[in-house]
Amino acid sequence: MSDKNKKTEIKTPLLDELKTGPWPSFVNDLKKLSERKPAVGELLGQLEQSYEDNWNYWQGTVLNVDGYGGGVIARYSELAGKFPNIAQFHTIRIIPPAGWVYSTKKLRELCDIWDKHGAGIMQMHGMTGDALLLGTDNKTTFDAAEELMEAGWDLGGSGAAMRTLSCCVGQARCEMACFDTMGVTKFLTDTFISQLHRPELPYKYKFKLSGCANDCAASMQRSDMPVIGTWRGPMQIDQEEVAKFIDKHGLDYTVNNVITRCPTQCMQLKGKSIEVDNGNCVHCMHCINVMNKALAPGKDRGATILIGGKRTLKIGDTMSSVLVPFMKLETPEDWRKLTALVERIWEFWGENGLEHERIGEFIERVGLGTLLENIGLEPNVEMVAHPRSNPYIKFEELAPGRMGGEPEEAPTVVNKETEGFEKA
Amino acid sequence: MATPKKMAPRDNGAPDHKVNLHPLMAKNYGKWKYHEIPKPGVLKHVAENGDAIFTVRAGSPRTMSVDTVRKVCDIADKYCQGHLRFTSRANIEFLCGNEKDVEPLIAEINKVLGFPVGGTGNTLSNILHTQGWMHCNLPGTDAAGSVKALMDDLYNEFVKEDLPYRVKLSTSCCTINCGGQADIAINVQHHHPPRINHQGVPICELPKVVAICPVAAIRPTNVDGKGSLEVVEEKCMYCGACHGQCPSMEIRDAQTDTLTIWVGGKNSSTRKGPAFMKLAVWGLPNNPPRWPEVSAAVRKIINAYKAGGRPYERIGEWIDRIGWKKFFEVTGFPFTKYHIDDFKLARTTLNTSTHVRL
Ligand code: SF4
Ligand code: SF4
Ligand code: SF4
Ligand code: SF4
Repeated sequence: MSDKNKKTEIKTPLLDELKTGPWPSFVNDLKKLSERKPAVGELLGQLEQSYEDNWNYWQGTVLNVDGYGGGVIARYSELAGKFPNIAQFHTIRIIPPAGWVYSTKKLRELCDIWDKHGAGIMQMHGMTGDALLLGTDNKTTFDAAEELMEAGWDLGGSGAAMRTLSCCVGQARCEMACFDTMGVTKFLTDTFISQLHRPELPYKYKFKLSGCANDCAASMQRSDMPVIGTWRGPMQIDQEEVAKFIDKHGLDYTVNNVITRCPTQCMQLKGKSIEVDNGNCVHCMHCINVMNKALAPGKDRGATILIGGKRTLKIGDTMSSVLVPFMKLETPEDWRKLTALVERIWEFWGENGLEHERIGEFIERVGLGTLLENIGLEPNVEMVAHPRSNPYIKFEELAPGRMGGEPEEAPTVVNKETEGFEKA
Repeated sequence: MATPKKMAPRDNGAPDHKVNLHPLMAKNYGKWKYHEIPKPGVLKHVAENGDAIFTVRAGSPRTMSVDTVRKVCDIADKYCQGHLRFTSRANIEFLCGNEKDVEPLIAEINKVLGFPVGGTGNTLSNILHTQGWMHCNLPGTDAAGSVKALMDDLYNEFVKEDLPYRVKLSTSCCTINCGGQADIAINVQHHHPPRINHQGVPICELPKVVAICPVAAIRPTNVDGKGSLEVVEEKCMYCGACHGQCPSMEIRDAQTDTLTIWVGGKNSSTRKGPAFMKLAVWGLPNNPPRWPEVSAAVRKIINAYKAGGRPYERIGEWIDRIGWKKFFEVTGFPFTKYHIDDFKLARTTLNTSTHVRL
């Protein structure tokens, strides 16, 4: 085994160019860390080699903690001969507190455990939402995981599993939030923790929860099931504040930046007050963002549940689409309705999805109508941008009678074509 | 010495967010009334009962040593009653209960951490990024380094609030695009079909490799009496999905990989609905350690948007208003045949009206 404490001088002229400039430099930070963690110096050494060669030197495989089917991203260096301390250099994914809010006590606890067992590099946070702890070998991974779990932390998801959820700050610090994003995130995580740790789905399944249409959790194109807060009924309007806004910003500003930017033109200015055709408001949040003292979401709040968003891999980007236009998410019973819906989807997709098929791709293959039938959801006009425009439809109610009574005929069209072809 | 294995699935689940909340957040949970941006990088949220919490947003490099994170904790202990949060774009939000602490807090963030304060309101976000050469097994370029280089260049747009509206950026170091949708996104493109290492391929699960190809370009074949794979070059569009599944299908190329820039993506449903991002410029050299050509191109887009965008228009909405013809005019990027989609649903991206800007 290599001497973990032996520090070798590693030159990194290219990386050193990233030490300068106004933005904080990870190179400076990691160089300092390398003074007491030789593996970090070697990590920079390998990175320097990548900069020189435009080439990557990591190999990825699987390493699992007992009882868990994911959560460790195993990396083996192809330059282990030169950099023995990073021969194994794994990442542990940790489920963060919902909304990425930390007390310094808990954050220091992560630091201490990682300093003790790992290379001491943290990434806050990865693209899935996990806290990433970089730099363990095959043994210290288990030691670190053990201690993390003793302290109440848990490993995040990877592979064909439910992934670590992420959500916006929601009701903890945002007046726009239409439901308790953090509470639902914790509830879904805990309810489906087994599906997070022991992959048994056709492919990954990501939830991202945003308290309103501003979608600060970037759920639309980055999650299989976005949960986005919204409301029913009238928007709350404080006409006094509306008048103050107009006095402060002027009429032009109000018309150009609020009234005419409403996507459904459901707002009108009446003197110094605002009138909203609430039935036509699509709860886009724009006007509320601009006039957040005067306007607020209505009081009957819940969420829109969407399905099928993902980034490029395989079929190209897919946007999520509406599955449940409005669902109350206030009580534990409401939350259980959501988990019941998820269970029905997972059951149907689990049984019929192809390996490596995200739910959006699955819907593309079988059709949303088929999914709805199998999960027991009624079609709803809010699920579509507009009704279909192509006439190739099998109306099940009308087909059987006719099919039974029809005399069998020769397929004449084919015959004609054949004739035509032979004559020519 | 072997560690005794105590491990069994604990299934602890998500940490309790309630113990992590700032006391003012816990007290006013669900009772916030409005917010203001007193100055760039600072948010003031006011609750129904008049309580106010101040958020100071600092740009971070995302990758940090435990020592730096401890310094972050020290500052949060001193000014923030021991609480902070991270944003989806790797900023650190210092949550501060007392207005008088805001300025000293900013000063200490700048001085002790060297982190800039900004990223709120009409600014550029911190760049969302992926693992890159530091830790992924697939990248064609670096993430942390290219982002550091870009943010050095775009620093003023992060700390000053003078863009038409907010701009979100991301980078992705392979075509899998972990970086996701953004107003401006920088992505790697490969330009050759995968080179197949027929010795290594049999270790992979071949049906899975065949199945992952989006254009069905991979088929089983026999090489020297052993099962392997081949790629139909005409079909392959160099996405690299097979490389992710099987490292012996090597798609990266140090000499020929280039970077592309995409614009106009957005997740929110504000005003118009969410949008995918679209190709702006391609063929930029993958040029570490500072990727100057990429910075220059991003700068061109931001300058044009700054000059022509209206308040509350995201980049995609600005382009929708002025049209793509004008976009290419004001940025100076050439429009080429590669800007015309030829993948699935390509025709839905064509102009099916006589609306042309002449
Ligand atoms: S998504 Fe809405 S509720 Fe959540 S933080 Fe953003 S603005 Fe607030
Ligand atoms: S929320 Fe959106 S749709 Fe509704 S009134 Fe405001 S701008 Fe119009
Ligand atoms: S974009 Fe590609 S290379 Fe970069 S982290 Fe994601 S999978 Fe890895
Ligand atoms: S690079 Fe993409 S398109 Fe080409 S063979 Fe591999 S999976 Fe198929």
